[in-house]
Amino acid sequence: MEEKGKKPPLLQVIDLHTSFTTDNGEVLAVNGVNFTLEEGKTLGIVGESGSGKSVTAYSIMQILEKNGHITEGQILFQGEDITHYSPKQMNVFRGHKCAIIFQDPMTSLNPVYTVGNQIEEAILIHSDKSKSEARAAALEMLRLVGINDAERRIKQYPHELSGGMRQRVMIAMALASEPSILIADEPTTALDVTIQAQILELMQELQRKLNMAIIIVTHDLGVIAQMADEIVVMYGGRICERGTADDIFYRPAHEYTKGLLRSIPRVDNMKEKLIPIGGNPINLLNMPKGCAFCARCDEAMKICIDEVPPELRIHDTHLASCWMNVKNQNYMEVPDKDE
Amino acid sequence: MSDQSTKSGSLVKVEDLKEYFPIRTGFMRTTMLKAVDGVSFEINPGETLGLVGESGCGKTTVGRTLLRLYKPTGGKVYFEGHEVNDRNMKEYRKKMQMVFQDPYSSLDPRMTVEDIIGEPLDVHKMYSSKGERRDTILGLMSLVGLNAEHATRYVHEFSGGQRQRIGIARALAVRPGFIVCDEPVSALDVSIQAQVVNMFEDLQEKLGVAYLFIAHDLLVVHHISDRIAVMYLGRMVEMADADELMDHPIHPYTLSLLSAVPVPDPETARAQKRIILEGDVPSPLNMPSGCAFRTRCRYATEQCARECPPFTDRGNGHMVACWEK
Repeated sequence: MEEKGKKPPLLQVIDLHTSFTTDNGEVLAVNGVNFTLEEGKTLGIVGESGSGKSVTAYSIMQILEKNGHITEGQILFQGEDITHYSPKQMNVFRGHKCAIIFQDPMTSLNPVYTVGNQIEEAILIHSDKSKSEARAAALEMLRLVGINDAERRIKQYPHELSGGMRQRVMIAMALASEPSILIADEPTTALDVTIQAQILELMQELQRKLNMAIIIVTHDLGVIAQMADEIVVMYGGRICERGTADDIFYRPAHEYTKGLLRSIPRVDNMKEKLIPIGGNPINLLNMPKGCAFCARCDEAMKICIDEVPPELRIHDTHLASCWMNVKNQNYMEVPDKDE
Repeated sequence: MSDQSTKSGSLVKVEDLKEYFPIRTGFMRTTMLKAVDGVSFEINPGETLGLVGESGCGKTTVGRTLLRLYKPTGGKVYFEGHEVNDRNMKEYRKKMQMVFQDPYSSLDPRMTVEDIIGEPLDVHKMYSSKGERRDTILGLMSLVGLNAEHATRYVHEFSGGQRQRIGIARALAVRPGFIVCDEPVSALDVSIQAQVVNMFEDLQEKLGVAYLFIAHDLLVVHHISDRIAVMYLGRMVEMADADELMDHPIHPYTLSLLSAVPVPDPETARAQKRIILEGDVPSPLNMPSGCAFRTRCRYATEQCARECPPFTDRGNGHMVACWEK
């Protein structure tokens, strides 16, 4: 890890392992995840349920359930490892440096406080503003996230707002102390398409205004295609493939990604039959020895069952972990270790 | 009116269907929530009609009222030209079935797979011996891609995709000609969705069953449907052949709905021009006068506020309800 006087990336996740202690044994939900997030960019993490995409996001914020813990790896924020932060340091990190919004804005807002109170609370905790200053700031945040009639809305309770408006309030709270990273965990899954378009547009607009980086976690390839500069594809707690949006959508180099793209209806050939991925999603309690996807992969070879594929550099910006690339020699000459 | 009043070849015909729910809005005061307010359509044998719209638009209520899971406030439903009413409802339940959205809550956790699929057979007494019942059930299970050994298991042992297969086998048990599929794939993972969508298509090919496919995922609906209908606040705003609707939408709401769909293709997504609608869907308790969409429509005029636009044919069965377009 050489410095060379270069500014370290905004966020770097190195070999992250997160596991949960359950009655049925240790469950390794995140199993060696690496990625880098640059300032002002959007990273998309895509995967199905149980792929570890949300746990990766929660690990960065250290808001895992009680039985979950980071067992290995580093999370570097501007070059500083935050995995050893004390709870007090983490409280500063959360909110100031990095904020998160969740899928369901109803359950993440407190039903017995007005939205104004809740945004003010976030501001009061993270700054030395007075109560009236916080009120004014909260009002301004509501206007920033495009809520009309903010003076009235600030006095309302979450149940009086629609789903889209609640998600706007969540974004206002998250952005109250100007974080450099916004993590959005399935931010629009609970919303209708026209409202989803509003929220995604809002996130992009705020990103430009505040030069903030976004990590968007979703299972929706359409949302990812619209939002992400770079994409990480996860399956069974591991990264299958990562690269720019174009790498992943136009030159997928992992059988899982290829299968996913084949299984969704494409605009150009609507009436063609979909090609599903066979089998069922993986059970994390019962992980195979080799590649996590091998049981559902049509191209699986003997080595896939026995050994975990190494991450190979396919192209400058594009890395994938699939034995097929070794077989077809589809990688750059020197498969250098990323970090 | 007598039992047969339609002579067309359609399998299911819905005329001016209405479903109002009384909602308590205060002490001793109720308001009618017009979940479905005059919807008419036809479905031909072996055809798939996709029904799309945002949450609260009444698409699920249309499906449920059509099957008389709710008693309709008004309107008529015909199956093969015969009116379905309270008296003959049970008979038509054999011909019209439903697959539900949530494969977790729509299957009884205390019943084995065999009993779940067999229950409709029991209700309608569709077998003469235990052996016949079992054979029918095993036949249905293989039809939807389940193994015979699954028959004695309980629902919690299955994944979401497999549960949805059980739900489909249950719907098929009485050999219906028509199935209402209410968001049947939206609770499933992307990689599993394609399996279930393909299965719906295969079953249609094999059994000639017609679907009312209710969903909010427009790409999936476009893929599976022959025709698509778009609903907004209890009324249909547009209905046309699937490709026609996607390529040449007319109603301003359909236009913005289509432009809001995130396309899984980065280049198209970058080039996509979105028509972002202002604001939210109005409360169905407090519906705007005239056209329900006018509060969010940029073409709205005085006439739109005054009168509700009629649902008219603009050629080739492309139906639209709009004054301006």
